[in-house]
Amino acid sequence: MPEDTQPRILAFFCNWCTYTAADLAGVSRMKYAATSRVVRVMCSGRIDPQFVLSAFAKGADGVLIGGCHPGDCHYISGNTKCLRRHRLLKRMLADMGIEPERLRLEWISASEGDRVKTVINEMTADLKRLGPLKLPERCVAWDVEAIDEEPDHAEAVAKEAVHA
Amino acid sequence: MMTELHQNGQEEVRIGYFVCHCGTNIAAMIDVAAVAEYVSTLPNVVVSKDYRYMCSEAGQDLIVQDIKEHRLNRIVVAACSPLLHERTFRTATQRGGINPFFCHMVNIREHGSWVHEDRAEATEKAKALARGAIGRVKYHKALEKRREPVTPAALVVGGGIAGIQAALTLANTGKKVYLVERDPTIGGHMAKFDKTFPTLDCAACILTPKMSEVYAHPNIVLWTYSEVEGIEGYVGNYQVRVRRKARYIDEELCVGCLDCVDECVFKVGNVDDEFNVGLSKRKPVYMPFPQAVPKLVVIDPVACTHLNGGNCQKSCVDACERAAINFDQTDTIEEIKVGAVIVATGFKTFDPKRKPLYGYGKYPNVYTALEVERLVTSCGPTEGEVVCRDGRTPKKIGIVHCVGSRDHQTNRWCSRVCCMYSMKLAHLLHEHTGAEIYNFYIDIRAPGKGYEEFYERLQEEGNHFIRGRVAEITDIPKVAEEEGMLTIRVEDSLAGFVRRIPVDMVVLSTGLEPHADSQDVRRMFNISCSREGFFLERHPKLAPVSTTTDGVYLAGCCQGPKDIPDTVAQAGAAAAEALTLLDTGYVEMEPSVSVVDPIFCSGCKTCLNLCPYHAITRDDAKGVAVINPVLCKGCGVCVAACPSGAITQNLFEDREIFEEIEEVLAYA
Ligand SMILES: Cc1cc2nc3c(=O)[nH]c(=O)nc-3n(C[C@H](O)[C@H](O)[C@H](O)COP(=O)(O)OP(=O)(O)OC[C@H]3O[C@@H](n4cnc5c(N)ncnc54)[C@H](O)[C@@H]3O)c2cc1C
Ligand code: SF4
Ligand code: SF4
Ligand code: FES
Repeated sequence: MPEDTQPRILAFFCNWCTYTAADLAGVSRMKYAATSRVVRVMCSGRIDPQFVLSAFAKGADGVLIGGCHPGDCHYISGNTKCLRRHRLLKRMLADMGIEPERLRLEWISASEGDRVKTVINEMTADLKRLGPLKLPERCVAWDVEAIDEEPDHAEAVAKEAVHA
Repeated sequence: MMTELHQNGQEEVRIGYFVCHCGTNIAAMIDVAAVAEYVSTLPNVVVSKDYRYMCSEAGQDLIVQDIKEHRLNRIVVAACSPLLHERTFRTATQRGGINPFFCHMVNIREHGSWVHEDRAEATEKAKALARGAIGRVKYHKALEKRREPVTPAALVVGGGIAGIQAALTLANTGKKVYLVERDPTIGGHMAKFDKTFPTLDCAACILTPKMSEVYAHPNIVLWTYSEVEGIEGYVGNYQVRVRRKARYIDEELCVGCLDCVDECVFKVGNVDDEFNVGLSKRKPVYMPFPQAVPKLVVIDPVACTHLNGGNCQKSCVDACERAAINFDQTDTIEEIKVGAVIVATGFKTFDPKRKPLYGYGKYPNVYTALEVERLVTSCGPTEGEVVCRDGRTPKKIGIVHCVGSRDHQTNRWCSRVCCMYSMKLAHLLHEHTGAEIYNFYIDIRAPGKGYEEFYERLQEEGNHFIRGRVAEITDIPKVAEEEGMLTIRVEDSLAGFVRRIPVDMVVLSTGLEPHADSQDVRRMFNISCSREGFFLERHPKLAPVSTTTDGVYLAGCCQGPKDIPDTVAQAGAAAAEALTLLDTGYVEMEPSVSVVDPIFCSGCKTCLNLCPYHAITRDDAKGVAVINPVLCKGCGVCVAACPSGAITQNLFEDREIFEEIEEVLAYA
């Protein structure tokens, strides 16, 4: 995909709220950017921080998490667990030099189709401004740096590359 | 990982991909042929096709045939939302002879063609999503739906016409029904009306026999003055806690003779009578209205001197020959088991004080429609005589439609019944007083059987219809004929100028709104609300009485404003849905529960406290966690938290999701 094209957002949507809201946006024929790729989960509490890291590592420019409003989780409290993990992720991403706008958590209820549209459009604009993340490429560059700094690590890095 | 060909032992993964045109719904915005072409190049894909309507009989047969012909063992269907047709395609997959959970759906209509405007981009997105699905589906396993027995009883919450109708329908099929009503009597709003539009038949004549039938029905347990406090369990097997508020009356003994009411130390009422919407007073001991069901009195603890700690001679106690009054009564809690729940909690009317320019509460002769319903009924506070609060018999009456409806400052929605009940009241008020009636409307909405005819009849009867939203109601006169009158200022949008119309009495046709506690109620039953706060149906067209929680159904105005005929029809539909569940006798549980692999579990106990349903325990002998599949609802919270990666959620396995992420993003 050429550089100037659309950013890619990997979206994890809770089945009961945001996924349904996105369906509603469709039924209502709202229009938004074709930048999101939705992975459906039953609850935002299912979202393992690893999913988010993996999405970035595999080339997503942004990750969007959509869950039920506080107090409205279909499974009572999964969204509070999601909130905690989101906080943790924010810190980790900051440490990795990934801009905070690239990870967004939104509570969107089943009736808020327009929020899906707004959030995806806003995020698309933010990501366009930030430019591609290119984490996979950066990872390679970091490996090169590591080898330069610490030639002894070359072997270990090479081994890992084989495994990845 | 896409090169991985084998899994489940030696079985080769053979995927069939089917992309739907949905007529032009998808095909107009997504180049489905190009998507099918691309998918055919992906590893393990044996068949890749596009078809006009995948959900049609022919489309499903295509899947069945291809499974057989090409020995397919995985199916991916790219079409509408899985929330709509997942079941359809799983069933087709099963008909083809393989486990239904080998099928996976990709949403390219609601999340694709309907929301995008650039055909190339929408097609790219569909390809990426297809690649993700092809990646994940190879890890799908054969899964079985567990069957659980169903408790053959239903709970109906709310005893308005919706709840009454639903309860009777279910009870008549032989099912046990618990009807829980918050007020001391059933009947809801309809019990307050004199006549009903458009036929003008007497509301009591059609409602009270049904109320008595509820009371006498051997299959209905009626608990009025009661509220549901909590509900646990799952479809087919709910445990419900109901609080029965103390009535201070022994229900077994009270025969509703009202001797206690006559003898109460308060010789006249001391509190607003709820049933007459505050137009009269009632005593602390009262029966809501003569035809109340059950025919029992109730003592209001706030208004009663004794229950307030005061010193009262308790003449009511002496008056009751049956010794039915019991001041020591306390609330009781009933625990019941039901298979299905019908929520029929109705509505409340808009508070016109939110529109201060209409003068409700400020000018005594401004009434709400519900108050006027009570004024025109012969069993109401004035026995059907229409006299205003200031004592005059109105000669000119203005009826203001859409108060708190179709109004961006208050409620945006149309309340659907106000035009019709306004015209009903116009007719009745004219009949009672001979007054000249002015209707102020935005549009007349009369879209029901016999409704437009009723509107014509009203016009023929000489009612005035003035088109325009009323700006203000004032008692400040500008000309002599406005002296002592309420003047309605309105821009007549047909005539094109501002008019001032002096009247004796104003009726505000207030709209229908969700109850103030609707959010609490919906949380308790784990259902959703629309933006307005009315309970949300699972699908606006195809599942109008179901909710996102299996076994919980909706009836009546709690789902949205509607008239009595629609309410009754919906209540019948909700009863039929509940009956289908109860009569089947069992429920099939979704297999998306979680399982701990004891080999990987380190016994760290992280998951134990996370599960909202206490489904996880620790097998102390083996030192590992165990999930009870009956209690697990499949949220996946524990899966995401397990530091050892020992928990797997069926259909949402880590490897399935990681593969989906990786493959979606691998599509350049
Ligand atoms: C002024 C006016 C005039 C109307 N005239 C007509 C007419 O002429 N013809 C017509 O077809 N329609 C008319 N309607 C519409 C009609 O009122 C409704 O269609 C009908 O009442 C809906 O019935 P329901 O059972 O859904 O709600 P409701 O009548 O509101 O009944 C709901 C019941 O549930 C109970 N409840 C609420 N919350 C709880 C809870 N948490 N737990 C337990 N119980 C609870 C309430 O106490 C109530 O008894 C009129 C409406 C208004 C406002
Ligand atoms: S969190 Fe994982 S490792 Fe820890 S007890 Fe639960 S299943 Fe076992
Ligand atoms: S998936 Fe959810 S409900 Fe099931 S055991 Fe894990 S935490 Fe409990
Ligand atoms: S069910 Fe939506 S966040 Fe838990």
